[in-house]
Amino acid sequence: MSAQPPLLQIEGLTIDLPPQADRRHAVQNLSLTLERNQILCIVGESGSGKSLMSRAVLGLFPSRHVQPSAGKIMFDGEDMLRVTPERMRDLRGNRISMIFQEPMTALNPVLSIGAQIEEALAVHQRVDRKARRNRVLDMLNAVNLPDPEKILQSYPHQLSGGQRQRAMIAMALMMEPDILIADEPTTALDVTTQAQILKLIREIQQKRGMGVLFVTHDFGVVAEVADRVAVMQHGHIVEQGLAVDVLDHPQHAYTQALLGSVPSLTPGPKRDFGSDKVMLAVQGLKKSFVSGGGFFRGSSREVKALDAVNFEIRRGETLGIVGESGSGKSTVARCITRLLDADAGSIQVDGVDIAGFTQKELRPIRRRVQMVFQDPFGSLNPRRTVGQLIAEGPIVHGTAAAIAWERALELLELVGLERRSADRYPHEFSGGQRQRIGLARALALQPDILVADEPVSALDVSVQSQVLRLLSDIRKKLGLTVLFITHDLRVASQVCDSVAVMLRGKVVEYGAVADVYANPQHPYTKELLAAVPGKNWSHGREGLVLA
Amino acid sequence: MKQGLSRFFRNLPAVFGLVVLLLVMAAAILAGLLYPGDPFAMVGKPFQPPLSEYPLGTDMLGRDLLAGILHGARTTLLVGALATLIATLVGVAIGGLAGYFGGHLDNFLMRLTELFQTIPFFLFAILLVAVMGASVGSVIIAIAVVSWPPMARLVRGEFMSMRNREFVQACVSLGMGHTRIIFLHILPNTLSSIIVTGSLMVATAILIESGLSFLGLSDANAMSWGFIIGSGRTVLRTAWWICAMPGMAILLTVMSINLVGDGLNDALNPRLNSA
Repeated sequence: MSAQPPLLQIEGLTIDLPPQADRRHAVQNLSLTLERNQILCIVGESGSGKSLMSRAVLGLFPSRHVQPSAGKIMFDGEDMLRVTPERMRDLRGNRISMIFQEPMTALNPVLSIGAQIEEALAVHQRVDRKARRNRVLDMLNAVNLPDPEKILQSYPHQLSGGQRQRAMIAMALMMEPDILIADEPTTALDVTTQAQILKLIREIQQKRGMGVLFVTHDFGVVAEVADRVAVMQHGHIVEQGLAVDVLDHPQHAYTQALLGSVPSLTPGPKRDFGSDKVMLAVQGLKKSFVSGGGFFRGSSREVKALDAVNFEIRRGETLGIVGESGSGKSTVARCITRLLDADAGSIQVDGVDIAGFTQKELRPIRRRVQMVFQDPFGSLNPRRTVGQLIAEGPIVHGTAAAIAWERALELLELVGLERRSADRYPHEFSGGQRQRIGLARALALQPDILVADEPVSALDVSVQSQVLRLLSDIRKKLGLTVLFITHDLRVASQVCDSVAVMLRGKVVEYGAVADVYANPQHPYTKELLAAVPGKNWSHGREGLVLA
Repeated sequence: MKQGLSRFFRNLPAVFGLVVLLLVMAAAILAGLLYPGDPFAMVGKPFQPPLSEYPLGTDMLGRDLLAGILHGARTTLLVGALATLIATLVGVAIGGLAGYFGGHLDNFLMRLTELFQTIPFFLFAILLVAVMGASVGSVIIAIAVVSWPPMARLVRGEFMSMRNREFVQACVSLGMGHTRIIFLHILPNTLSSIIVTGSLMVATAILIESGLSFLGLSDANAMSWGFIIGSGRTVLRTAWWICAMPGMAILLTVMSINLVGDGLNDALNPRLNSA
């Protein structure tokens, strides 16, 4: 075995960035090897160069300004950086294939799934139509797609995200490649779907003895699938080794910091709010969305986004609403902040039902219920300075401009930014800093209740841990009542006192975090908890703990 | 904005357009100084070719063509600018209201916009001037009336997408009123598209104005390029310069405005075409 050369060997790879970029090289002097029958995970935060590196193997560079300047990528005796374009086409999809993060955009929307999978075959082999069709059906079976005959005829938009990703994998595996490059293949998927896809990739890899280069930012996923791990930072590999070694005994300070930022799955100590006042109570909340309909389009379709949702939060408590996409958890947040009007039910803020309030009656309530948004780039007006953004709320509610400004400066300090940030514009800040600004804006009105809609989902894990720490400190300092919406059970375990698990508009389980996590009752909660990537690895290790 | 300006000045065609446009503006401003008096006055022999007694020659009544073109620049620019301004204001107001409030108001305003768009715009402009009588004012109004619908549709689209952006939702949840959200938060973010579309609209307005005055539907007391072309068309084969000179003026002006508009587009919306 040892005499055989490695499947893929990258030596001293350097990829240049255009001159105006913030660093000279996207990837610098990088070397790694991928063996047969092995999954190598490349982990790193955004901007570490991990995606670019993986795409370089197939000669996919984002622009002519981003090109390799040194190094070799050896595959089967050939240097992939120096092969002719014809040869590269021959190898692509045939010996080395790739699956992407977003299965919707990576598939052609106007071709049926069957036609797209067949295409890979038609390009590389001369097989007659019938044989092709049979191969495609076999492949769809192999990736566990239900009813392959029907899937063959379907178009991408008719499939769910998970099914699309399975179809992508089927397409990638059609030519039985030696290497599969997977660039964040499960990042856009829900956690239960992610678990299935990870299992599928693992199975197929073992069955065919492929080498898999798996790019991810999630250590949970690494723990789930990796044989070996390479950790990347700023275009360098800072640490590599067997997965068990790196995960349990990280050597490099950066790896240690990253692993320390992964929230623990074990909930923190219980806080008791038994006799405190109920600050927010929601009862029988309903909301439906109607789509279609109109003059010529026939009957409309009604989707129940919220179906009789009940919960209550006591003063100082944090309730987490967890669920997968489409479960209605964001709709809850938007109904409570009255960005959406609920169809039925009551929303009691400190004993006052605001569900039926007009916009005018709402204005005094608005300052008591504030919201932090998900997207750190979309939630701040790019044309206003940070100070204006924070001071604006109090000014609208009648605070004198000078006082509001002074308060904005104090808030900037509170969220860990400098006072002089007030004169700068949002684009000058990083994602984590923008989330801090968003938090300061929400706090400027001195609210009692904070509604946070996936406030850390768009952030890298190390930044995420800083923002979560900040949120937890401020919550304690100001005695805030928090409604925390998240899809991440790890985050919820550290931030929340109690959780409500949502499925298709209904709360299926509701209780203290420790109880729900230790002893889930509803089958869906069990499924969710079982699907958390790397859960076995999480047990008995210390991660980020907020107390 | 500063970055936008430097991007604009690095764009050679745009700078060229700006220079030509400034020259046309200078001509309009200096017309009264260089050629005081009436541009309709007959000053010399008719049908003199260019570069003889008069730099651009004379027309069939012996009027100085250069004087006519310089004075015509006034009318043309005035009509182009004012018509665009009115069309932009109307378009932004209607599109903004429709996009921001949505629902029945949107439905109503958009059907209204479509109603205007179903009529071929040039015929509509002719009809309006014919009804209102030929004067500079009625030409401006006619052009504005036929030009606002595309602006309204653009602004509506921008407002609709902004309306659902998280920063606008944040404004709502902070308790801001509609006026404040519209003017302080949404409008500044749509300004670059409005400026770009508006600048290109000036070029179209100039073309419509020339067309109208070519057909004789313009103020009889205001010299304009379209009028000169219209009056010279019967002698096109014998005295080509009467039509060619003002035609060149229209070509250069419209082209320069388009270049400036494209330059503004590249400078203000760099993300649209970053390669």
